Amino acid sequence: MSCVTVRVQAEAFDVTHETALLLRGREDVGGVGAFTGIVRGGGGLVALELEHYPGMTESMMRQIAESACTRFGLTGCTVIHRVGRLEVGMPIVLVLCAAAHRKAALDGTEFMMDWLKTSAPFWKREEFSNGRSEWVQPRAQDDAATARWGTLGT
Amino acid sequence: MLRILYFAWLRDQLGCPGETLPLPQGVRSVQDLIDRLRARGGAYGEIFARPELIRVAVNHSFATIDAPVAANDEIAFFPPVTGG
Repeated sequence: MSCVTVRVQAEAFDVTHETALLLRGREDVGGVGAFTGIVRGGGGLVALELEHYPGMTESMMRQIAESACTRFGLTGCTVIHRVGRLEVGMPIVLVLCAAAHRKAALDGTEFMMDWLKTSAPFWKREEFSNGRSEWVQPRAQDDAATARWGTLGT
Repeated sequence: MLRILYFAWLRDQLGCPGETLPLPQGVRSVQDLIDRLRARGGAYGEIFARPELIRVAVNHSFATIDAPVAANDEIAFFPPVTGG
């Protein structure tokens, strides 16, 4: 039985703590794949404002996480996405995938990030140092990256 | 009652996060609802004349434009997602 944790929150997350929770009481884990997304600066960007659709966002994140567990045989996974105003350099998203072997843990992590970017309802607005603010446009390469996995399969 | 939600730049341009209304007569699909919203003119007219820019969810699941709409559904309109 795999253990899935899904959260949307304004607060920061603690990777060490979340990893410990994923390993607690288990002896079948051989590795944990981890990805932490960070607000990348450049072009005068000061911060991102993250918005989501309460209810649907969590439901899509859970579908993605459960699909990753089934597809890669994960012992568990955790996905935490932050919302609200996040300044350059701040962590924005965490994906952890625990599995018996490395490949499943790393592939599961990539799978979850690709699907999160294209099918979990979050929207980013960029805030620049000159006071300008604009909504981020979706990128075709994100769709292409997700397409290689086929369907979500839930 | 039908619950309609708008997110991101749709909400900004419409100046409204959502609305609750009785299912309008003759509305059976997402397309019908888009037609009604577009007929309001103004920002609604502009946005709903370009459905290719919009994604839609019915009761928290992504839906296509031909998806059925019933009284008490929650319909959300938003731009393509940009999280992660």
